[in-house]
Amino acid sequence: MIYFWLFWEFFKIGLLAIGGGLVTVPFLFDLAEKYDWFSKAELTDMIAVSESTPGPIGVNMATFAGFNAAGIWGGITATFALVLPSVVIMIIIARMMQKYRCNIRVHDILDGIRPAVLALILFAGIQVAKIAIVGSLEILVFAILLAMMRIWHKSPILYLGVAAVLGIVFRL
Amino acid sequence: MRDLLSLFALFFKIGLFTFGGGYAMLPLLKDEVVNKRRFVSDEELLDLYSIGQCTPGIISINVATFIGYQQKGIGGAVVATSGIVLPSLIIITLVASILQQFMDNRYVAYAFAGIRICVAALIADVIYDLAKKNIKNYMAGIIFIGALVLSVWGNLSAVWIVLIAGGCALAIGEVSRKVKKR
Repeated sequence: MIYFWLFWEFFKIGLLAIGGGLVTVPFLFDLAEKYDWFSKAELTDMIAVSESTPGPIGVNMATFAGFNAAGIWGGITATFALVLPSVVIMIIIARMMQKYRCNIRVHDILDGIRPAVLALILFAGIQVAKIAIVGSLEILVFAILLAMMRIWHKSPILYLGVAAVLGIVFRL
Repeated sequence: MRDLLSLFALFFKIGLFTFGGGYAMLPLLKDEVVNKRRFVSDEELLDLYSIGQCTPGIISINVATFIGYQQKGIGGAVVATSGIVLPSLIIITLVASILQQFMDNRYVAYAFAGIRICVAALIADVIYDLAKKNIKNYMAGIIFIGALVLSVWGNLSAVWIVLIAGGCALAIGEVSRKVKKR
């Protein structure tokens, strides 16, 4: 029965959380009040872990909450339920996009939205920077990494590895 | 079958190396699906982010589903989405069982401090490239600055910013077409 409720609650979150991964957080706080799957303190730890482990935050949160509530199958159920609405809706949109891409009004709208989305991404970057860059050593590491990126244009995975090593070497 | 497997492997890799939310994934996605494989253009990738902002669900899932569908239909969508979700599922399940020891390890904490700085640098790098390509006229510049002001100081949600930008662009397009007709 717990699997049914996990599915139902996370399906609702997948359907209602519009935007980025952290949008799921307020919904999860509601769950902490409503069920005994996890406490609010555990939820705060969960956010920290989700932010610093690979994978989209929203998915990490669902896996973690599900696992806490009902073990491995709980994690799988919650994740599947969270993802399902996106998949269905995006397949419908992908079909429509193929049809309407050449429409001049759709074209205008997309041209106008792109700079706005760039601004949103920059805003997200600023928020990450505020948490990550707290001293002059961090500014130095940031500058080194950015310079490497601008000069060599290698895969981001390489820079993430370099950054992890720099973090350990400089004891950030 | 081989195409499906390589789609799965690609999105598994992207899921494995994304630290943070959907925006942190953009540099990696741009490198893999735009620069290396040419599945979509820069513009199409940004369009996917706009759609992701206004539709339910997590942006990274939306992007994976869309690109998977575009490449290989519904099978591709399912495979790409499973690929991006699976690393989280495995890692979080493992971490959940040893949470406290993991986060308390000093070296793990140092490495993640470095990784967070890198995510900020990657976003700065990709913004520079994309801004050069997509902000070419005054209208785009004004929308960019307006959206930034609204999100930093206006505390306005992303959905509204995207809808307002789209509405302005549509109105300006309509007016300029009418002016040209005369």
